[in-house]
Amino acid sequence: MKARVHVTLKRGVLDPQGEAVRHALGSLGFDGVGEVRMGKVIELDLAETDPAAAEARVREMCERLLANTVIENYAVELA
Amino acid sequence: MTLRAGVVVFPGSNCDRDLAEALRRAGAEVTPVWHKETALPPGLDLVGVPGGFSFGDYLRCGAIAARAPVMRAVAEFAGRGGHVLGICNGFQVLIEAGLLPGALIRNAGLKFVCAPAALGVGTPDSPFTRLYVRSETITFPIAHHDGNFLADAETLARLEGEDRVAFRYRANPNGSSGGVAGVLSANRRVLGLMPHPERAADPALGCVDGTRLFAGLADAAAAPRALEGA
Repeated sequence: MKARVHVTLKRGVLDPQGEAVRHALGSLGFDGVGEVRMGKVIELDLAETDPAAAEARVREMCERLLANTVIENYAVELA
Repeated sequence: MTLRAGVVVFPGSNCDRDLAEALRRAGAEVTPVWHKETALPPGLDLVGVPGGFSFGDYLRCGAIAARAPVMRAVAEFAGRGGHVLGICNGFQVLIEAGLLPGALIRNAGLKFVCAPAALGVGTPDSPFTRLYVRSETITFPIAHHDGNFLADAETLARLEGEDRVAFRYRANPNGSSGGVAGVLSANRRVLGLMPHPERAADPALGCVDGTRLFAGLADAAAAPRALEGA
């Protein structure tokens, strides 16, 4: 089964990449963009077939490697 | 007593030889330690985690290196009271490995900053900083893109309260919380810093402010072993 992990910066954590993208959008003439926050999408192809077990496993991966929970949040989506 | 140091090498480390050279100049015996090793050479007093771009900075700076086999041995070594010095990418690795608090994120100014940085010595109370004077201004070069030290107010207050800020930028180059350039562990034997003392340890490079860090360490870190009679 496949899992998709969304890793996003916690609110209040400066996102200089997002800021750079916002500036670039502005210079292309896209007005009215208040804030840009960048994140990561990580797709995993898992051997596990049980959704609950897969989710538990992926959450453990997030805690131990995929996200830095000091500065990032994560969300797990199974497909 | 001669300081016995190991310098960890990851794919993408590029300051390992500079660090080894600075340690040797201070009289240390230095052994390189490849990241796939599951144990450290016996009898080490210090493990150095050098600068560079380990694993191409994939995922997050230092994240992959922090999970390399050798890092489990380094964490155990630190847990037993061993001395660990992480410089630049090495600091990122130590934070990702949970040996030091906080996080290091992209520089606030978005740019890679490569320049000499004036630092204030936060505390002389550690094996790394014992030959410096509190509040003294010294200069180490910095060269990083992700050196913006981030810690919540509670963590910062704890670091300040426990006198664990080893170095502080005189003019904040990267947005670091509290201007923090280097922090110590609770037992004061693990130091992580973004600036490069090993690039300020040879007169030919124009600055020797880093030599005292290695000289102080050479005496202090080997001393416990001398006491134990090892």
